[in-house]
Parts: sequence; C-alpha cells; structure tokens
Amino acid sequence: MTPALSLRNLRKVYNEKFEALKGISLDVMPGDFFAMLGPNGAGKSTTIGIISSLVRKTSGVVEVFGKNIDTDFSIAKKYLGVVPQEFNFSMFEKVEDIVLQQAGYYGLPRKQAVVQTEKYLKQLSLWDKRQTPARMLSGGMKRRLMIARALVHEPQLLILDEPTAGVDIELRRSMWEFLREINAAGTTIILTTHYLEEAESLCRNVAIIDQGVIVKNTSVKSLLQQLNKEVFIFDVSGDLQALPNLQGHRVAQIDEHSFEVEVDKGQSLNAVFSQLTTQGFEIVSMRNKSNRLEELFVAMVNANKDLASAAQKEVQS
Amino acid sequence: MSLQEQWIAFLTILHKEIKRFTRIWIQTLLPPAITMVLYFVIFGKLIGSRIGDMGGFSYIEFVAPGLIMMAVLTNSYANVSSSFFSAKFQRSVEEILVSPTPNYIILLGYVMGGVARGMAVGLIVTLMSLCFTDLHIHHWFITIFIVLMTSVLFSLAGFINAVYANSFDDISIVPTFILTPLTYFGGVFYSINLLPEFWQHVSVFNPILHMVNAFRYGMLGITDVHIGLAFTGLTICVVVLFIIGMHLLKTGKRLRA
Repeated sequence: MTPALSLRNLRKVYNEKFEALKGISLDVMPGDFFAMLGPNGAGKSTTIGIISSLVRKTSGVVEVFGKNIDTDFSIAKKYLGVVPQEFNFSMFEKVEDIVLQQAGYYGLPRKQAVVQTEKYLKQLSLWDKRQTPARMLSGGMKRRLMIARALVHEPQLLILDEPTAGVDIELRRSMWEFLREINAAGTTIILTTHYLEEAESLCRNVAIIDQGVIVKNTSVKSLLQQLNKEVFIFDVSGDLQALPNLQGHRVAQIDEHSFEVEVDKGQSLNAVFSQLTTQGFEIVSMRNKSNRLEELFVAMVNANKDLASAAQKEVQS
Repeated sequence: MSLQEQWIAFLTILHKEIKRFTRIWIQTLLPPAITMVLYFVIFGKLIGSRIGDMGGFSYIEFVAPGLIMMAVLTNSYANVSSSFFSAKFQRSVEEILVSPTPNYIILLGYVMGGVARGMAVGLIVTLMSLCFTDLHIHHWFITIFIVLMTSVLFSLAGFINAVYANSFDDISIVPTFILTPLTYFGGVFYSINLLPEFWQHVSVFNPILHMVNAFRYGMLGITDVHIGLAFTGLTICVVVLFIIGMHLLKTGKRLRA
C-alpha cells in the first residue's frame, strides 16, 4: 500500500550551520492518526514546513500518496491540508472570505467552494461568525478557522501543528471529537502536540523526534506497553504527619495532604491499601500521577540527550 | 492544476486584491483624486494660465496626461508592494504558498491587482481632469498600451520591493526616494526642450520620461522622445522584471525558510 506520507533521508540545515533535521525517514499509512512528538526545537515544525513547502529542504525525498512534492507538486499539494502552529491569515478579512479564497487557490469552482465553506464553517461552529473579521475572533475560534480553511479542499492528508495549543479544555475535547470524526471518515491525520494526553487519546502511531532524529517510531499501544511502573497519588484526610512505610514501593511526599506511591504495572493495589490501613492512614481519594506517555517521552528524550552528549564527548576527546 | 483550476486561482487572487483596495478606498482611491485636483487647480489653472502654451497646447492640457500617468504608476506600485508585504508580514501569503497555485499565477494575480488599482485611479483622475480641461485621444492604441504596460511594470516593481522588504519602512523608501524624484523630473510638468542641453541628455536616462511622453503622444500627439524606444524599453523592462519576480518565487527568497 502506498503510504499517505513518506519521508526519506530528510535533511535541513539552516544557514549552513544548524542541522535541524538529520536525515529522518518515516512512513505514515493511509487512514492513520499519527502523532509527531518532541520537545521544542526538535524538528517537528521544520518537518511540517518541508512537507507543506514553506521550508526548503537541504536534501531528501517527500512523497504524499506516492506523489513527489518536487516533481508532482500540484497533485501532492492537493492531497495535503496544513494547519500551522501560528495564525497565518489576514486579520482584516472576513471568516467566510478566508475559507473561500483558500478553496480558490486549490482551483475549486465557486459553487463547490461555497458549499464546502458552509459545510466546514458549520462543522466547526463558525457559521454564525462568517461575516466577522478574523481579528475579532477568540483564540479558539481562530484555531478552528485554520482547520476549516485546511479542510475546504477536502484533503486526504491533514497535518496539524499543535492544533490545541492555548485552547481551553472544553474546546480541546470538542476539537478532538471533530478530528476523530474526520479520521473515521477516511482522512489521514498527522499532528504534533505538546499535550501527550492528546497523542495518547487520539493517535494510533507515534514518532518521537529529538534533535533532528527520530528516536522512536511505533504504535502508541506498544509504546505504553514498555511502561512497567505506574505512580498513584493518595490524598489523606487531615495533615500528613509522616510517610507510610510500604515495603517494595517507592513513596514520596507531594504536599501536606498527599503522597505518591510507585507500583509495578499489573500489581494489585490491595496490599498497598492493607498496609496503609494498618498504619492508620485514612485515604480520601486516589489518582494517576501523570500522563503515562509523558513519562516515557521524557525518558526517551533524556536518553537521546545522554547519547548525543556522550557522542560529543567522544568526538572532543 | 488544470488550466481551468489555474484560472480560478488567478481570479481568486485578483478578486481578493480588488476587494482589498476598494474596502480601504479612503486610503487608496480618495487621496490620489484629491491630490490630482490640487495639481489641476494650482499648476493647471492658477500657475498654468500664466505659463501659456507648451508644445502647442495650453499648459493644463499638456500636464493632464502626465498627471494621469503619475497617478497610475504610483498607485500600481503602492498596491502590490503594500498588499504583498502585508501578506508576508501577517504570514497569510502562506495560504497561497502551500496551495498548488503555480508561481506565475501568483505573480500575475498580484500584478493584475496592481493594474486594477492603477486603472481605477487613472480613470478617477481622468474624470477629474474633465472638470478642468478637454481631453483628446490622438492614438487610442498607444494610449491604452502605454498606460497598461506602465501599470504592469510598476506592479512588478512593487512585487519585487515587497519580497525584499523586511519592514513597512522598506516599502516606502523606493516611492519616496526614487519614484517621486524620477516622476517629477520625468516630464510630467514640463517639456525637456526647456532644459539646458546637458540636462536634456541626462533626462533621457529617466525611464519615466519615456512613459510619460509616450502616453502624452497617445493623447496629444506630441512627444520629447522617440515612441519606438519607449515601446521597446517598456516591453524589455516588463519582461526582465517578470523574470526576476518568477525567480524570487521559484527560489522562495524571503518567502520560504
């Protein structure tokens, strides 16, 4: 099967000094919901910039549904819809005009453009704002406008660069629901995000990029299976006088009312509760410490940094 | 993209550009109208009546083609430079750059947007001038060809300026320090025959002199320069600037990281 997106040995060197991408290769299959994760400056936005032709690659090959972005750029670009990280529309134009114009740049006949503009503005709850200048929209509305604009020519591959950055939780959830729907309808989606909960909740496959290289490319499921520890937070009634002594578990205080306990994956919590009861702790609530993927992500990025630092030392010595 | 799709993309850019300058008509269409009325009143009526004939025509008839041409070229330039630079500044130019629209359509779309404003302002100024004098058209083809080509040329120049500009100051430097002096010394208000011989020779190197005189020839049938040279020079300049514009879009200079 032809991948929706294929990157081969993609390199980008800025100003002949900084190597932002060090020859990454990646395949994203049609219908996938794919996450590209990485810390700031890892190379995610550069990768998206190259795919959408806003950044000139130094070398390598990019194909969208088998069409090379250099030689078949017209067809490749029609397959592609991009939602960038920063707002990049004219703040003085009306919402409807922005989306209609984008349809025009893709050569959509006016009648079809009008129908599809209405469809996506309605789906993204912007129809009532269609005559409003873009600068009058809230941050969340501006993000939704960029999604509507990217979808108006109905691309088969949608790339979103941190689409929910700065968006409140309610809106973020509704955007997730919308993205799930269009993915279910057949659109391949690639997103970069800092919210690892977002990647865990939405995506089937993931690539972790750090310092211009892909340090992991696998399914979210298999990534999570690598976790063998979970951390739970226990809240006690009243002030925490001393930490409990739980054999075989790491325990640490969080604040004056709560502490955390590390538990092996799959291990029963009954023994923990039993010991807490014996030692006189009254537990009033319990929750997972943090996003599980986040722990893995931090571990992988740190491991990559250690590796890079060791390699540098070797070169220097 | 099929030819039909390219046509739609071209019309989209042109429509957007026309909508932009008509939306802000107080900044784009009104000022040249007021400025030109002042020129007609002061130079045409008040001072012009004391100057007498020039080239066999009353002074106001003589300056009218130059004033129209001045309005056309400055507005064509200003439209593309400000519009494209704003798109670059706000990053909305990325909307077109990520689309399959070919580079030549992007360039043509913006240039024709500049021509549309140049022609709109030219028409307004022409109608204004009718309040002060009678206009003649000596040669329709030359008049239309020269005004269109001049508008295309300055729209292309405005596009190149916008690509290189890093700030709004950068798009006002060329009009202030280059275009305005060249226009004022470009035979809008006088015949170069009035100048000492040395300055007549120097003036020949001013491209705007050729455009203004060719246009004046189209309207009045008089010129200080050779019409064939104006035609050829204008055509060559348009081709050269078009090639430069295409090169900038192809390489992505100042547009793509």
